[in-house]
Amino acid sequence: MNLLAIKMLMGDRLKYFGLIVGMTFAAMMIAQQASIYSGLKSQTGTFIRQLSNVDLFVMDEQVRFSEDYKPIPDTALQQIRGIDGVSWAVPIYKNWLRARLEDGTRLTVIVIGLDDATLTGGPAEMVDGSLADLRRDPGVLIDVRDAATKLKLERSGGVPIKVGDRLSINDTDAVIVGSYRGNPSFFWEPTIYTTYSRALRFAPRERHLMSFVLVKLKPGVDAALVQSLIAERTMYRAKTGPEFEAATSGYILKQTGILVNFGLAVILGLIVGALVTGQTFFNFTLDNLRYFATLRAMGVSSLRLVAMVGSQVFTVTSISFGLGIGLAAAFGVIITKTDLAFLMPWQVLAITGVSMFGVASLAALLSLYKVLRLEPGMVFKA
Amino acid sequence: MSNAQASRPPNTANHASGHAATPAVVCRGVTKTYGKGTSAVFALRGVDLSVAPGELLMLVGPSGCGKTTLISIVAGVLDHDEGDCVVYGRNLKSMSNAERTEFRGKTVGFVFQSFNLIPTLTVAENIAVPLLIAGSSRAEAISRSRDILGRVGLGDRWNSRPANLSGGQQQRVAIARSLIHHPRLIVCDEPTSALDHKTGHDVMQLMREVALSSGQSLIVVTHDARIFEFADRIARMDDGKIESIDTPGRALAASHGAVP
Repeated sequence: MNLLAIKMLMGDRLKYFGLIVGMTFAAMMIAQQASIYSGLKSQTGTFIRQLSNVDLFVMDEQVRFSEDYKPIPDTALQQIRGIDGVSWAVPIYKNWLRARLEDGTRLTVIVIGLDDATLTGGPAEMVDGSLADLRRDPGVLIDVRDAATKLKLERSGGVPIKVGDRLSINDTDAVIVGSYRGNPSFFWEPTIYTTYSRALRFAPRERHLMSFVLVKLKPGVDAALVQSLIAERTMYRAKTGPEFEAATSGYILKQTGILVNFGLAVILGLIVGALVTGQTFFNFTLDNLRYFATLRAMGVSSLRLVAMVGSQVFTVTSISFGLGIGLAAAFGVIITKTDLAFLMPWQVLAITGVSMFGVASLAALLSLYKVLRLEPGMVFKA
Repeated sequence: MSNAQASRPPNTANHASGHAATPAVVCRGVTKTYGKGTSAVFALRGVDLSVAPGELLMLVGPSGCGKTTLISIVAGVLDHDEGDCVVYGRNLKSMSNAERTEFRGKTVGFVFQSFNLIPTLTVAENIAVPLLIAGSSRAEAISRSRDILGRVGLGDRWNSRPANLSGGQQQRVAIARSLIHHPRLIVCDEPTSALDHKTGHDVMQLMREVALSSGQSLIVVTHDARIFEFADRIARMDDGKIESIDTPGRALAASHGAVP
């Protein structure tokens, strides 16, 4: 009987393709919107994830997210190095500073100062030069994608900046010694890497300048234990990468309307997609109501009728789900080369699948209600 | 003597009196009301009816007189309020929903006014439905439906879609579907109303030949006086009651305003 149900589903090609197109569109919309939201949320943690070899980030207890500059004294570094379980600890500088290009173009840049000795936390993919070139004074690295966009020489007709060009950061000279390919970030200003000591030269005078201490734990050491030791022995807070990332995205979500608004768009996409799915399947089942009623009269049990409609829901939703996810993923591949956010983790697939199967099943069951209640008029009506 | 009369089974004389030895259907004091209170509609007001095995009984009467309600109750599609309705020894009132569903699948065949063939299935698949409901394999069901298609004169159309058949052919398919699982009772709702006279005549001829030759009982709801000749008895209903039960000749005369 389930095979008959599938034939009933696919027999009318026009209706069947209409159903598939409608539900594919719904799946694509849900998956695409959710993936863009997911991508945006993920991009808030780009800086943190780039430091994947770091176990703990030590910071002022008032730091709310990765771009929140509340420096701590250099002495914190020595304190942390003395805590049991710490394999190594290095300083990092991260702040937004003013810069001026050779042609006088002024802009704000994010300066990241890496530990001079180890250059820990540097970009993973160099395009021009090497990370070690940072040791050439007063060298900085730029993101190759920023060169022709955010760092272009606006006042000279938009000429891209390049290796060898000079710029000044906070009125201190710097030379571009290499370029890297960074991952897109939620924070929009161009990111420039240099050494920690040079970053301190660029930074405005303050009593404390160190943004974070990056900590690597000894093998087998419990991160929670070291976190509590740091909290006991210093006045600073240590967070794991995932904790810091969650705090950052949570802060952005709470404090700016961007993610909330996009979240609403996702919910809207979910509702519209679900409604399209539900309405389409509801109409399809209603169109077949007479035949379901006929089958019911001829001795098909309620359970079997539900199973038949269930097999129709499963078939059409599976196909639409696959096609919709495929189209959304294709969209993601197309925008990979841009800074646009797109991330499709398994949760997006789960949300899309559950919404579609849930709503299609509900719509089908609602439309089946009449049949399950079986009115003879329906069966015998002309 | 008409073709219809010529093709009647030999026990027709017994049916005319309405008293066969073991009745296929016995209804006593059956009532049915739709709605409640002031909006209540009394569809059946105490119907007594019996149908013998191998008999073709026609239910006639004006629209809204309760014909469809009565065959719905007899077929186990609809509950009745009071009275008893026993079909082949089974009291419908005492059956659970699941038992009634199983009863319909095994005991009753349906022929509908608008055929109710599933348009996306082939003719053979449509006919195979009752066997599939009963649990037969698809291959067996299709094979048997092709056999019975030959008996209704559509052996070469097994792979067609219903939309590609004429009205008469579709009703033949519907008849084949109603017969394939050998139900003991077949209920037909206005089987010829969508057909021209000749096609309607052919369809009724077919039903008499194919169904009654196997001893199945038929209850046919109709407005079409032109097919009265195929009935063994004709029950005239009005306002939820059976007013009279006649032979085809008397019923035909009554429908023309002259009762012999």
